[in-house]
Amino acid sequence: MAKRIDVSGLSAFYGNHKAIDDISMSVEPRSVTAFIGPSGCGKSTFLRTLNRMHEVTPGGRVEGKVLLDDEDLYGPGVDPVAVRRTVGMVFQRPNPFPTMSIFDNVAAGLRLNGTTKKSDLTDIVEKSLKGANLWNEVKDRLNKPGSGLSGGQQQRLCIARAIAVAPQVLLMDEPCSALDPISTLAVEDLIGELKERFTIVIVTHNMQQAARVSDRTAFFNLSAVGQPGTLVEIDDTERIFSNPSVQATEDYISGRFG
Amino acid sequence: MSDVMTERQALADRPGGTSVPVSLKQARLPRWTPAALALASAAVGCGIGLAAGLDSRVQWGLIAALLFVVGTFVLSAAVEGARQAKDRLATGLVWIAFLLAVIPLASLLWETVARGSKVLDGYFLSHSMGTLPDALPGGGIYHAIIGTLEQVGLATLIAAPLGLFTAIYLVEYGRGRLAKAVTFFVDVMTGIPSIVAGLFVLSIWILILGFGPSGFAGAMALAILMVPVVVRSTEEMLKLVPNELREASLALGVPKWRTILKVVLPTSIGGITTGVMLAVARIAGETAPVMLLVWGAKTINTNPFQDAQQSLPLYVFQQWQQGSEASYDRAWAAALVLIAFVMILNLVARGIARWKAPRGGRS
Ligand SMILES: Nc1ncnc2c1ncn2[C@@H]1O[C@H](COP(=O)(O)OP(=O)(O)O)[C@@H](O)[C@H]1O
Ligand SMILES: [Mg+2]
Repeated sequence: MAKRIDVSGLSAFYGNHKAIDDISMSVEPRSVTAFIGPSGCGKSTFLRTLNRMHEVTPGGRVEGKVLLDDEDLYGPGVDPVAVRRTVGMVFQRPNPFPTMSIFDNVAAGLRLNGTTKKSDLTDIVEKSLKGANLWNEVKDRLNKPGSGLSGGQQQRLCIARAIAVAPQVLLMDEPCSALDPISTLAVEDLIGELKERFTIVIVTHNMQQAARVSDRTAFFNLSAVGQPGTLVEIDDTERIFSNPSVQATEDYISGRFG
Repeated sequence: MSDVMTERQALADRPGGTSVPVSLKQARLPRWTPAALALASAAVGCGIGLAAGLDSRVQWGLIAALLFVVGTFVLSAAVEGARQAKDRLATGLVWIAFLLAVIPLASLLWETVARGSKVLDGYFLSHSMGTLPDALPGGGIYHAIIGTLEQVGLATLIAAPLGLFTAIYLVEYGRGRLAKAVTFFVDVMTGIPSIVAGLFVLSIWILILGFGPSGFAGAMALAILMVPVVVRSTEEMLKLVPNELREASLALGVPKWRTILKVVLPTSIGGITTGVMLAVARIAGETAPVMLLVWGAKTINTNPFQDAQQSLPLYVFQQWQQGSEASYDRAWAAALVLIAFVMILNLVARGIARWKAPRGGRS
């Protein structure tokens, strides 16, 4: 059920400001692709073009193509709501719905897909929480508010919420940057398991994390502040971290800038 | 200030407290000094006032306040040093400002309770004026309570959804020209005097369309006054909902309207209800539009769509105008009921806000 992503000639704008310029790449199904690069080079922006969340921002506009298997996300007649059900997203800061219980948080996305039978919901919620390695910690307090969990638990709750609607692709924007090392480890382990079922794209500022969890790594850069970000190279993670083909990548990874 | 002091005491009470370097310690006035000074300056203020033959209690109070501020400053400067003295000066001024704000409020409440409770009883609440001549004691406000409840209820039924949807439009959908125009008109509406809202409905509903006076006509004018208040407060509440929550919901493939319905509104419903309740409290005391459009009545009329009705503020006004001892008493009692009504609404609003508030952080 995981799908392949092919991006070609993609640029994204905030009003008149071009944030990313002419990006083309492929993301393999059932793999983890990491995006690295200095702040402001457009990693988040690019990630959000992959599930049409970019246009939610006022003034947000996209040019180019994103093919999911063979379907263009930006083709005529494509419903952004349907796209987002297929391509799920986990955000930088854990953001469980504050008015909902843990159970309702995970069930939130399902309820609108027409799954309202309590037994179906219970099944999927349990499966998703198990999938997010959270079940054992919360199974006795499913009716408590989700905001009562620790930061790491909240982030796994958000992952459970995202996988509950059975997407094909999972986008993660710095999912561990607000977490302590132990919670980070839990989420990284989880990513390793989830890639059996989903295509995963993860933005990270942590080189070790990119090296640990990803199969392929894409390096983004921008020529100067205010200029649009561009894709420098994408390659197997091992190669990027040992023997990249572009000098800028090596400089960035070895900490010589950025 | 007192925090510093308790902290210091806590330090001194601790077994290791003695190890605090002497240089950090400083002479302090005892805790009861401000209270003692306040009492003393009040006494001296009254004394001076009496001796100088000033009749106005306000002058006594001002003298006492001045004495208190100057006395505290001088004493503190002598014992504790300049910095503490300034701190106490500022604290003293804040307290006096607080008292100045509270005194009128408390005296208003006191006056209304003292005068209003004279005739306020079960009979007063459950009977109308009927054919009772105004100069005689007796009668009641049942018809006015019914009228106020119905008019305010109808106004809320019109204004709350209208205001809510307008605010949702402005915050969630509004971009460009139309949103700017709507915002502008809401701002203008906020400033409409209530008598003008009344005249507006009067000219259309009664003069042009030819309907008679009714509670509903009054409710329309009250709704005009209520809408901008509801829009403003709801807008503020919706803006408080973090964008991350909207995005989290949209990213799950939830359509925008459902996101608003299931995520945005539940998160802000406490604040929105509070805003609506406060708007209700605000219009419950309006007299002018009611006078123009509902006319007032002496008997019970439970149908807000037909014929004149009474309302509490209008009743107060009319009874006061009668100018007899008995009608003064009734006016105060009705005013007390009106205040109680508004206070209960406020309390309910606070209760709902607290009950519905999303549990912030860890619970
Ligand atoms: N909501 C926004 N409105 C306008 N410009 C934005 C917005 N979000 C990001 N940008 C701009 O887009 C560029 C890329 O930002 P972003 O995608 O957040 O970078 P990254 O995630 O790599 O740090 C930056 O120049 C930033 O200023
Ligand atoms: Mg980012």
